Amino acid sequence: MFKKIWAWIQKFSSPKHFYRISGKMIPWFAVPAIVLGVYALYMGLFVAPTDYQQGESYRIIFIHVPAAWMSMFIYMVMAVSAGIGLIWQIKLADMIAAASAPIGAWFAFLALVTGSLWGKPMWGAYWVWDARLTSELILLFLYFGYMALQSAIEDQRTADKASGLLAIVGVVNIPIIHYSVEWWNTLHQGATVAKFDKPSMHIDMLIPLLLMAIAAKLFYAAIVLIRARNEVLYRERNRQWVKELVEKL
Amino acid sequence: MNGSEFSWSEFLHMGGYATFVWSSYGLALVMVVFNIVSPMIERKRVISRVKRAIKREANSRQTS
Repeated sequence: MFKKIWAWIQKFSSPKHFYRISGKMIPWFAVPAIVLGVYALYMGLFVAPTDYQQGESYRIIFIHVPAAWMSMFIYMVMAVSAGIGLIWQIKLADMIAAASAPIGAWFAFLALVTGSLWGKPMWGAYWVWDARLTSELILLFLYFGYMALQSAIEDQRTADKASGLLAIVGVVNIPIIHYSVEWWNTLHQGATVAKFDKPSMHIDMLIPLLLMAIAAKLFYAAIVLIRARNEVLYRERNRQWVKELVEKL
Repeated sequence: MNGSEFSWSEFLHMGGYATFVWSSYGLALVMVVFNIVSPMIERKRVISRVKRAIKREANSRQTS
């Protein structure tokens, strides 16, 4: 039984099989991502009411919060994939991790910049060295560190090991980001959605926020597949099937 | 934006926060476009690189 499952995992995690299947999957993520994203934009900009305290400035939330969630979600995907690659030597897992890093870095960057664009009118400062902002900045640097190790080490297996180890160690930062607003005194507001109570948000604001979060996840799924396919072609470039496939392109 | 009639200039004004709101949405748009375009360019680069390697291999086989 265990042998069967293992054989099945190996078959489906073979780069060749993944390349074939993922090509068909991309539109199934990309199209809903676009539709949901556009709908969420419409809801967030035109339907959601004005905030009674922050006026129209709060509409940055529909970019900022999904971006921040994605930066942490992608980091977890990256660290878990890197862990699977380290422990079970599944090449595909290392490729998923490597493909995730730049996307996650972009989301972390977007969360930081939109946060500072929101902080200026609300707190009077683009940046403060507070726990939430600092730990999110560390997350961006962890992504940079992973990418630097990937590109600096010539041998792919060594690069995967070193960068994977960094990704796994960096996981400690994730709960720090989440709980930073509770553990330290901070300007940043506490959780409004992800908490064990009713979300403290108007339903017309909550809906576009959640829709945007789903759209961002679908977007990530489509882009990570495209990037992982590039990784497959590059890393397996000496394989016969890649040569045959590339000749036809 | 609960006014009885919708006005584009009022919408774009964002209650005085136009700079902050629209820079945020603008950056998000740039990020989305970049993340779609960059792996597509990368794909072309990888494919041409593999093709070149195949050609080199074929050439060296001919000469040897």
